[in-house]
Amino acid sequence: MAENDDVILHLTGVRKTFGPIVALKNMNLTVRAGRVHTILGENGAGKSTLMKILAGVQLPTEGEIRLGGEDYYPRTPQEAAARGLAIVFQELSLCNNLSVAANILATREPSRMGFISERKLLARARALIEELGLPVDVNARVADLSIAQRQLVEIAKGLSHDGRVVIFDEPTSSLSDSEAEILFDIIGRLKAQGKAIIYISHRMEEIMRLSDDITVVRDGEYVTTVKKEETTIEELIALMVGRRMEEIYPPRLGPAPDPAMPPVLKVEGLTRPGAFRDASFELRPGEILGFFGLIGAGRSEVMGALFGMLAAEGRVEIDGKPVTIRSAAEAIAHGIGFVTENRKEQGLVLLHSLRQNISMAALPRYSAKGFLRARAERETAHAEVDRLAIRTGSIETVTGTLSGGNQQKVVLAKWLATKPRILILDEPTRGVDVGAKFEIYRIIRQLAAEGTAILLVSSELPEVLGLSDRVVIMSEGRMREAAARDTLTPERVMTFATGQF
Amino acid sequence: MTDTAQPPQAGHSYLKSLIRQYGGIFLSLVVLCVVFSLTNDRFLSVANFTNILQQVAVIAITAFGMTWVILLGEIDLSVGSIIAVAGMVGAQVIGLGWGFAPALTLTLAAGALLGLFNGVLTAKLLLPSFIVTVATMSIYRGLVSLPTGGAPEMNMDPTWIAIGANSFLGVPIIIWIVAVLFVVNHVLLAHTTFGRKTYLTGGNREAALYSGINVNAIKIKIFMISGLMAAISGILLSSRLYSAQTNAGLSYELDAIAAAVLGGTSLSGGVGTMVGTLIGALIIGVLNNGMNMLSVPYFYQLIVKGLVILVAVYLDVRSKQRQG
Repeated sequence: MAENDDVILHLTGVRKTFGPIVALKNMNLTVRAGRVHTILGENGAGKSTLMKILAGVQLPTEGEIRLGGEDYYPRTPQEAAARGLAIVFQELSLCNNLSVAANILATREPSRMGFISERKLLARARALIEELGLPVDVNARVADLSIAQRQLVEIAKGLSHDGRVVIFDEPTSSLSDSEAEILFDIIGRLKAQGKAIIYISHRMEEIMRLSDDITVVRDGEYVTTVKKEETTIEELIALMVGRRMEEIYPPRLGPAPDPAMPPVLKVEGLTRPGAFRDASFELRPGEILGFFGLIGAGRSEVMGALFGMLAAEGRVEIDGKPVTIRSAAEAIAHGIGFVTENRKEQGLVLLHSLRQNISMAALPRYSAKGFLRARAERETAHAEVDRLAIRTGSIETVTGTLSGGNQQKVVLAKWLATKPRILILDEPTRGVDVGAKFEIYRIIRQLAAEGTAILLVSSELPEVLGLSDRVVIMSEGRMREAAARDTLTPERVMTFATGQF
Repeated sequence: MTDTAQPPQAGHSYLKSLIRQYGGIFLSLVVLCVVFSLTNDRFLSVANFTNILQQVAVIAITAFGMTWVILLGEIDLSVGSIIAVAGMVGAQVIGLGWGFAPALTLTLAAGALLGLFNGVLTAKLLLPSFIVTVATMSIYRGLVSLPTGGAPEMNMDPTWIAIGANSFLGVPIIIWIVAVLFVVNHVLLAHTTFGRKTYLTGGNREAALYSGINVNAIKIKIFMISGLMAAISGILLSSRLYSAQTNAGLSYELDAIAAAVLGGTSLSGGVGTMVGTLIGALIIGVLNNGMNMLSVPYFYQLIVKGLVILVAVYLDVRSKQRQG
């Protein structure tokens, strides 16, 4: 079989069950040298299980896996690495208290008689970072790095294992476009070296750009493998969700808000030294105002200041009256909701039930003389679960067991329960699969149609352009442009966002 | 009724979730009781169980306070010292001839105040509670000896003594106090917004902060509750001992932590109930009582107690993992 000469990794009928639960039903995969093979599927489709099997974290229940023509059933991550598998994890597997160098070479520190040679460690890590062209200092403590920089360290760590097969598990989910470019360069070089690359991502644009082959999985089962040239984004999405999506971004329901209408929120000269300067904008009921910028542009900080989490100077008016918001409680009392960027850290209590998460920002509503109104709380939880179509067995389900998309909907539900008039959405679809993304877009549209004023912060340009009525573009802590959506093109937006105007 | 990650619902599933939540730990309690009643025929009697409940009162009440603290993901190691301070404050006020009610009030106030100090240091200065309370454990223990120079204070009020000695409706007053405090703590934790805010803050402090919860205020109040509960324990202990001892309550913080953890309270915060803590305290009480009746030497008791805690917590953690 000459065709198969360049096949490095081959899976047939791989199945994984946990007791009665089937995590992976039937997985087939053929990965070839010098090609980027994307695995595409919604959250919960079985990609994580597949990665854990390949990484030696879990053994498959059934099925055949061959790596370089030999059986491959690694029992430990060490064994997987020794067999030539390198993995760049999606979420940070770094020790925050250690240096970048110590993290990159963790468990393989150059040492003699158990003593680590600090000098060799730094030299080796620096060589790797330079080879990859990453803008990261190897001496820095990981805790002092931004999320994007940490992801770059994660990449360096994964690539420090010299692998025949390199797996990237959603490496760009916390990178801005310019950092993602660095990653794409690295992938290009690995490919040229003849390595086989398995790539996992939810971002369709980058999948179409990077991939050679694309395998779609759905509900733990192999659907099909297609060549990039022979498919389209629309087709892939249809394969992935099992139905055809009419449109990616649903159109606005009803007319855009009248510019003559008085704004519900007016911000003038909002400044937080070192983070952002002179942020000024207006927001009308029913309007979606997009905030675009690269990571570090100061968008999230502006939102944090509006919500009373960060101190800032300047003038903020709600319904024409000046307000000073010094805490989240005050912001909520003024009718502001804040779907934070990071659902695991700032959004949810993962080990609590959906019910407890949904009510957590609106507790005063469920309080009678300090006692919880349990029935009202349950009713709201049920209503929000229905309204947002959160897929869960019960409102008592532990939130951490839901898929990323459903968790994100719980964060939305939590803020909708506060009945906000102004809703801040910071990266509302980060790490969420395409199907859930559409549903969230539809919810955003619905909220705007009901008169909620929305501030939409996103690093995904198509998302900002697809949903916003007007767009504010920030770079380096300053507002570069605020314009109506129809006057903007992606190129124009990027010009302002990168400060190249 | 309860309010952890998987609260019970109505009817059949309510019973099921109760078993799921407390089954493992309750089984441990039953097994201990069976073992002790087989090895000693005096163990299984109303008189002995009344005795156990009285013995366990101080640990249980301290553990109720500790449960709040651990639910926040914090720890309070100073409660043993606060128990001693409380007894001494009570005895001193009685010595001044002010009578029972002022002595009681000032003792409770002292407990809350020492808790407040722990809370403010932890919340406002952002010091780890482990360090803060290791320090205050030492400070408070030193404070106890200030009035007497290290000698016990034997000067006690008859009403004070009566708390530990008398009964009401045939049940010792101490047991009534435990029962009332259990109900109060349970209701406060499971049915009020304050309790809910505690769970949320312990489960994810940052998310609680973004949800408009004043996490510092919660933290300070909870250390005050812990101090208050320790002070009540101190009153009961000094009442039963007819005196305020400077070394009263020594290492009780460990029994209180053990009771809470045996009862399923997670040391990382956000999960736990007063019901669990009560069962945990009973396990410790039954263990102490049973081994005393068998005349097991004290050092063996320590070893056995430690092993039982390890095994019970391991079984509990494993059964919860298996249930997913």
